[in-house]
Parts: sequence; structure tokens; C-alpha cells
Amino acid sequence: MEIRRDVFQAIADPTRRAILSLIALQAMTPGAIADSFDSSRQTISKHIQILTECQLLKQVQSGREIYYHFNPNKMKEIAEWLMPFAKIWDDRFNKLESIMNKYKTKK
Amino acid sequence: MELKTKISAEDGKQELVITREFDLPLELLFKAYAEPEIVEQWMGTKVLKLENKKHGGYQFETTDTKGNVVFQANGVIHEFVPNRKITRTFEMENTAFTVQLEFLEFEQLTNDTSKLNMHIVYKSVALRDQMLQIGFAPGLNMAHNRLQTILSKLK
Repeated sequence: MEIRRDVFQAIADPTRRAILSLIALQAMTPGAIADSFDSSRQTISKHIQILTECQLLKQVQSGREIYYHFNPNKMKEIAEWLMPFAKIWDDRFNKLESIMNKYKTKK
Repeated sequence: MELKTKISAEDGKQELVITREFDLPLELLFKAYAEPEIVEQWMGTKVLKLENKKHGGYQFETTDTKGNVVFQANGVIHEFVPNRKITRTFEMENTAFTVQLEFLEFEQLTNDTSKLNMHIVYKSVALRDQMLQIGFAPGLNMAHNRLQTILSKLK
């Protein structure tokens, strides 16, 4: 059974955040997205799939090509819209806290 | 989901406040901002320069595994009062975001806990909102740089 994707899980990954940021600037084909990263096409494709399942990305068929669009409405729906921003800072500060706690015990 | 970090951003204002309480003595919290080697660890970026004094400047840079620069930021320090406050500007290079003004206040709560209050002022309400919505700081910058690389290859 496929685990239900949650939006916070989707944006917790730096590559997925980079993909979102890229597509927020313009709609892109899966190939163009993959070309923007060093990771394999397969890896990027998995990230795109997760973002699409969470409805952060929308697929739009244009002729033979599929374009991915950013879905800002979904972004706003996330419990409160500040959440993603807060999460990034929270992760950063958690890291700071754990580094300094180790630093303390070393002394 | 309860986060330890609180963001306060009132509608129609070009500023926001980030607050966080740490299970760290004040001195250690401040040290994490003052020592370049420690900043590098929790910010996940290389610190090229960090002059902790009035009129001092700082420069951050992140490169990918191939050595391409994916994130660059810099700023000027206006106030540096150990264990109390840092006032500085912050600018991400090669992005649509303009420079922002940051007031960082460090406060002791108990012997083992402390608090950081970060007040950020943006150029406009629109820029602040944009930063909140898609401003995944390094991610955005990386995407932008990638885009530039791709575009320059097409030329």
C-alpha cells in the first residue's frame, strides 16, 4: 500500500524545494527539470511524482509534451501559509541547537 | 505539527519576526552566530568572510559537488554586541530578492535556555510575501542559478 504523501514531507526535502522554486518561475517539462539537476532522471522523476501527489505541482498536457505547473493555491492551503517558511528555519535552528549541545559536552 | 520556531507576519506589512527558544545557554547560542566554523555547520554554507564588528562584512557561498556556485549571500554588519544583538543587512546574490535589514536580539531566559528574536524588514510588502511563499532561500537561489546556467548555454 502506498503511504499517503503529506505536504510537509514533500517540502522537507531540499531537492524538492529546488524543483518547486524552479517551476514557480516557469512551467517545465520533466526533461527540462531533470536537466537542471545533477541527480539521475529517475531520482528527479520520483521527486516530481511526490510533489504531484501532494498537488503542489499540476500536470498540463500541451501537444506531445507534459508541462508541470506550480500550484500556489495548494501552497496557501497548507495548514497556514507560513508553515513551510517556519519549517525551514526550525530545521536550521534544530541543527544549531544540536551542534552547540555537542560543543558544550566536548568542553 | 508544533514547531519551536514562531513566525509572525502581519498582513500588509513589509516585515516579519522569527522567534525561537533554545535549550542552550545564551553564550553558546551567540557563539553559533559569531564563529565562522560553527555558522558553516548549521547554515550549511561556506563562510568566506565574517567580520564581527561595526562596518564589518560577511560573505557566504555554497557550491555543489562539481564546484558550481549554487548560493551566494553577503551583508554588512551595523552593530555587533556580544550576547546581545547583531544588526546587519542580508542579500542573496543573483536573485530577484533585494537586500533586507535584520535585527537579531539574543536574550537569556535561564542559565540553560535562551531566546533569539529576529526582526527582518523587506523593501516592500510584495517582496516579503514572495519570500514567505516561495523563498526557500538556498533552493530558490540554486534554481535561479541553474536557470542562468541553462540559459547561458543556449546563447
